[in-house]
Amino acid sequence: MNPGMNPGMVRDMAPVATPFFFYLLAGLAVAGGVLVITRRNAVHSALALIVTLLAVAGLYLMLYAPFVAGIQIIVYAGGIMVLFLFVIMLVNIERSSKDRRFNRMWPVGLGAACALLALFVSAFVKGKALFPDRMMSLPESSNTQQIATMLYGEGGKMGPYTFAFEIASLLLLVAILGAVIMTKKKI
Amino acid sequence: MVPITTFHYLVVAAALFVLGVIGVLTRRNVVIVLMSIELILNAVNLNLVAFSRMWGNLHGQVFAIFVTVDAAAEAAVGLGILIAFFRNRETINVDEIDLLKW
Repeated sequence: MNPGMNPGMVRDMAPVATPFFFYLLAGLAVAGGVLVITRRNAVHSALALIVTLLAVAGLYLMLYAPFVAGIQIIVYAGGIMVLFLFVIMLVNIERSSKDRRFNRMWPVGLGAACALLALFVSAFVKGKALFPDRMMSLPESSNTQQIATMLYGEGGKMGPYTFAFEIASLLLLVAILGAVIMTKKKI
Repeated sequence: MVPITTFHYLVVAAALFVLGVIGVLTRRNVVIVLMSIELILNAVNLNLVAFSRMWGNLHGQVFAIFVTVDAAAEAAVGLGILIAFFRNRETINVDEIDLLKW
């Protein structure tokens, strides 16, 4: 790292064409979401979800979060979606592509989702004044180092999220055990 | 053109969240229900990272990493349960998973 630069200093590089990229990525994400919930074929839904995940990773990059974007692509699009595709190919019967798409209670579900949407719209309309008009820039060259400091600690002391990191490791161990035991034929 | 603020990201996250809720509540195929849950978790992550930028610190991003880790664990276990259920009942319709119905 350049010795004349401290990690907190922000180089003022103007981002170009921000509204264009934001609307493109946001439109891709929402279109992918609509395709996920409306496709009859489960593989089509999975591919649409991959498009959504990549678009959301692009939105993270616009929000000056390159590490979270990398984690999103590697873990979500590269791990979880591959797992989903494997399971779809394991359980998908041919006739499920010709079945009805929506379950018996779909009016109730749609009504509840519309109530949720109304709640969001009212919250946004009432609370629009709470958010500032301009966004400050975070330093992105030291993003990974700063996240590592928060997760692992620095100088021998624990960071704010070190304990949570250890518990997350335990959670992953429990998930591995659970997934293995769930799929055994005889427990 | 109006500059892109935190509010725009929150609107996108709310739209993804509502789409995920519609998917969870209305689809018949259990795998698509699980995928809609992943959509909901992504909307929450987008919210967290947008607020992290608004406040200027990294707490939101670290929380988003933990949410991603949790989503991975939950997807693995959920799909394991789905496979075990499919092995027993040979169906992936939520309409036919009704042992608890009265």
